[in-house]
Amino acid sequence: MKKIPILKLHDYLLVSIQTEIDDQTAMQFQEDLLQKIHVTGATGVVIDLTSVDMIDSFIAKVLGDVVTMSDLMGATVVLTGIQPAVAMTLIDLGIHLQNVPTALDIEQGLVKLHQELGA
Amino acid sequence: MEKSCVSIKIELDIVAARQLGRELAKQVGFSVVDQARFATAVSELARNIYLYADQGEISFDIIKNMNQSGLRLTATDKGPGIRDISQVMQDGYTTSGGLGAGLPGVRRLMDDFDIISEENIGTTVTVVKWKR
Ligand SMILES: Nc1ncnc2c1ncn2[C@@H]1O[C@H](COP(=O)(O)OP(=O)(O)OP(=O)(O)O)[C@@H](O)[C@H]1O
Ligand SMILES: [Mg+2]
Repeated sequence: MKKIPILKLHDYLLVSIQTEIDDQTAMQFQEDLLQKIHVTGATGVVIDLTSVDMIDSFIAKVLGDVVTMSDLMGATVVLTGIQPAVAMTLIDLGIHLQNVPTALDIEQGLVKLHQELGA
Repeated sequence: MEKSCVSIKIELDIVAARQLGRELAKQVGFSVVDQARFATAVSELARNIYLYADQGEISFDIIKNMNQSGLRLTATDKGPGIRDISQVMQDGYTTSGGLGAGLPGVRRLMDDFDIISEENIGTTVTVVKWKR
């Protein structure tokens, strides 16, 4: 199992998913991120998916759950860098991630967090 | 006609199957979007085998007819089978707390879709993506 690194940047956490995500890695990431939000008191999280070339229903569910759970803990999550092919595949799967804030890239993601959090 | 197989026994086999699927999709000359569609379909069917039938097999073959080439994906298991196919083909139907997006999603991701299942005998899903 691989570990997805989570970086701290002031009040935010920054995650860039660079590896092929297997189910175990996804579940471990979910746990690690919530723990890190708890420990650091982070108010915002950017998860960058630029290097992710496939999101299936399982990974989509984990990502959606991460957003919901982080929200419960007081941290807003923005997903960034979703590739066009991945976006199209998600629509075919019937997965809309409607309530999930997204942005083009990490930079825009940070801007979005600033706006959402009014900081 | 070439054929390649991946047996699905452990969770990591799901990753192996979708990587091989993407590799073949690239070889056949699918667009980047269709490569992603194909790899996603592989992942869904492989995970269903792993979750519901414990083990089974994913196989691929490159097919050609008069003026088209494509990639066929067959997912076979000797698991519990599916009693009501029309039920599992509905968006949102799940018995495992998933999204219930797998099978109806695979049908939309691919061009041809066929499922044969018998209770206590097993399930075979055969799908084809044609090169555009
Ligand atoms: N190979 C199989 N053998 C037996 N039952 C199956 C098989 N594949 C799917 N099913 C049944 O069909 C249901 C729907 O499958 P589908 O892949 O659409 O959704 P899911 O696996 O429950 O969730 P998701 O794929 O969104 O994570 C499953 O919950 C399961 O009950
Ligand atoms: Mg499924």
